[in-house]
Amino acid sequence: MSISIDQSKCIGCRRCHDVCPGTLIKINEDKKAFIKYPKDCWGCTSCIKECPVHAIQFFLGEDIGGKGSKVHTEKVKGEKNDIVRWFFELNDGSVKTIDIDPKESNKY
Amino acid sequence: MKIEKIKTGLLIIGGGTAGCYAAITAAGIRDVANNAASNAAENKGDGLKILVVEKANIKRSGCLAAGVNALNAYITEGRTPKDYVDYAKKDADGIVREDLLYSISEKFNEVTAHLEKLGLVILKDKDGKYVTRGNRNIKINGENIKPILAAAVAKAPNVQVLNHVNIFDFSVHDNKIDGAFGFGIENDTFYAIEADAVIVATGGASGLYRPNNPGFSRHKMWYPPFNTGAGYAMGIRHGAEMTTFEMRFIALRCKDTIAPTGTLAQGVGAKQVNALGEVYETKYGISTSERVYGTVAENLEGRGPCYLRTVGISPEQEESLLKAYLNMAPSQTIRWIENDTPSKANVEIEGTEPYIVGGHTASGYWVDTNRATTIEGLYAAGDVAGGAPQKYVTGALAEGEIAAKSAVEYINATVDRHAPLQGARNDVETEATIKEAEIASHVAEIETYLSQKNSLYTTEQLEEAMQIAMDEYAGGITTGYGYTEKQLNIAKEKIDEIESLTGKLSATDLQEVMYIYELKERLTVCKSVIAHLATRHETRWHSFAENLDYPEKDNANFRKYVNSRLENGEIKIILRDLTAEGQKNYEHQH
Ligand SMILES: Cc1cc2nc3c(=O)[nH]c(=O)nc-3n(C[C@H](O)[C@H](O)[C@H](O)COP(=O)(O)OP(=O)(O)OC[C@H]3O[C@@H](n4cnc5c(N)ncnc54)[C@H](O)[C@@H]3O)c2cc1C
Ligand code: SF4
Ligand code: SF4
Repeated sequence: MSISIDQSKCIGCRRCHDVCPGTLIKINEDKKAFIKYPKDCWGCTSCIKECPVHAIQFFLGEDIGGKGSKVHTEKVKGEKNDIVRWFFELNDGSVKTIDIDPKESNKY
Repeated sequence: MKIEKIKTGLLIIGGGTAGCYAAITAAGIRDVANNAASNAAENKGDGLKILVVEKANIKRSGCLAAGVNALNAYITEGRTPKDYVDYAKKDADGIVREDLLYSISEKFNEVTAHLEKLGLVILKDKDGKYVTRGNRNIKINGENIKPILAAAVAKAPNVQVLNHVNIFDFSVHDNKIDGAFGFGIENDTFYAIEADAVIVATGGASGLYRPNNPGFSRHKMWYPPFNTGAGYAMGIRHGAEMTTFEMRFIALRCKDTIAPTGTLAQGVGAKQVNALGEVYETKYGISTSERVYGTVAENLEGRGPCYLRTVGISPEQEESLLKAYLNMAPSQTIRWIENDTPSKANVEIEGTEPYIVGGHTASGYWVDTNRATTIEGLYAAGDVAGGAPQKYVTGALAEGEIAAKSAVEYINATVDRHAPLQGARNDVETEATIKEAEIASHVAEIETYLSQKNSLYTTEQLEEAMQIAMDEYAGGITTGYGYTEKQLNIAKEKIDEIESLTGKLSATDLQEVMYIYELKERLTVCKSVIAHLATRHETRWHSFAENLDYPEKDNANFRKYVNSRLENGEIKIILRDLTAEGQKNYEHQH
């Protein structure tokens, strides 16, 4: 499992680089982020949550049963407060979303 | 490579759960000796100068990076700290330090209240009481727990944070610590840090054994792959006493995604079932290690694969599960979305490779009740500290607090605030010369890795070789976690061989140099693990320490702590008597 970065969206803000617990993401000469050590990714999704332009997506490797979906999160306005919306782009092109209210605790 | 020398009062190595909380605690203590060394011109505040050194960035580093699901250690209404101590003791079949367990259990609720004040969302009922999950857990939204802690560190006075700096050695003279050495993994700088006291909080060790999925997803593991056992290794090499490395931790996880199973078991009451649909958990017992063992045994006896039975849960339960996993282990939610959801298909489970982690089992530094290690001036907190299993987040925070208070007390007692800068002139000079020589030798070693070329093996290849040796000969997944003395001897030989090859490795930058040091740390820890496994001639904890030569428990001889210390390059084993029932204080005998 690892992440992929869409460099056409990346604005070079370095945030993903700064938070990665393994310091696996680097910024190239064109100020674009890239993952230098894709096999070392822990899948913690910290970089995805930090990216202001949603350029980073997360996927499951085929070796652990991945089927080609890509996942990212966006902050959207909720009724009372900002909520986190998870986007799942499936291999067939369809998109599913799940909303998480950060002010609500886990039920389990 | 630039060389930077830093003087500080309290050095905290590792800005994770325990390290951050130690920094916040120490910064809050105002009554601190202002010693000449620590209070150089750059120290503007009037308190103690505190330096946190973190190999990543404290905002999302360590165990808490992805978020946590619950606070697993809390004293719920009607329960007492003693109940928690009894639970942890039973789960570890007696091999715990009650004094350590008491000291954290008495603080669980205090640190929880503090976390809530710092901004952690904790679920409450209509009367404003925390909602519990089982007897010891409370429900939270723990996705942002690490950013919350990091923000509190940023606000704490006198705390400086060095991010992306990897510490690889302590500076110890006459069994007293006076600082540490590290390097910036991206800024080409070597750091020589002097400190009056040091707290080590680098977490446990993953990556010793071949992981569940050694290919592309090799880092899809439970424990952070970036916690490489640096704290253990540095202590071992400087002769610190260590305890209970034979009590490995193996997590029972959702297959492939290595996501936690507790949320399924406790959240929706899912039972462990084999391929025939039979509930097997009752057959083997429900302690942490027995749950793993039962799953291994069912597979060996031809009744695998094993599952958590989730089929039939309600749509509401299913939705809550999908969300709960997004907050702590998003891979599992993706898995469900790509395949059948938990109401339609049971969730397959497996045991992970073994880890060494003092927050779940009892392995780590042998500390006194104040979290002082056997090296003077060095304190340990969190997963790196031994003796107190089932510590979890709140226990790591509690230990961070205890270690910080002890370290500050030590600084107050030992650092003379009126001492003139150059006391006995000659001593100072010899000390300075020793330091310079040490810095030069470390820098030379790093530069050798950076300059030598044509290494036959890569760091990655040696790491894999180590993991295979541990897997096959020291009780990894391949052997169902079991091992014999003969196998352990082979493991030791192989680890020694691999270690002898590390000197020729090459690196192109300091991040790759870090990978070499991480490998060497893991090899050091492996050797201790093997020595400990070989000592406990019994099987007290299935899977965690499954000694096939001695398949039974031996209370007559092994109700003891297995401790060890490196002496003249050899691992010396020390069997120590268990602390007394209800004992609340333990001091090192000097
Ligand atoms: C995936 C996962 C989920 C968990 N879920 C829960 C839960 O839901 N509830 C619960 O109560 N507990 C949970 N736990 C347990 C709990 O999170 C840990 O026990 C606790 O956070 C450990 O704290 P620590 O400070 O010892 O380690 P960490 O928080 O990991 O801190 C160690 C720090 O040291 C740094 N470091 C390591 N080596 C070096 C070096 N050489 N130089 C500089 N820095 C270094 C690391 O980058 C890291 O920041 C979970 C653990 C994991 C791994
Ligand atoms: S998911 Fe985590 S480990 Fe992987 S690149 Fe992003 S921040 Fe780093
Ligand atoms: S956070 Fe996003 S925009 Fe910023 S550098 Fe990383 S990928 Fe680019």
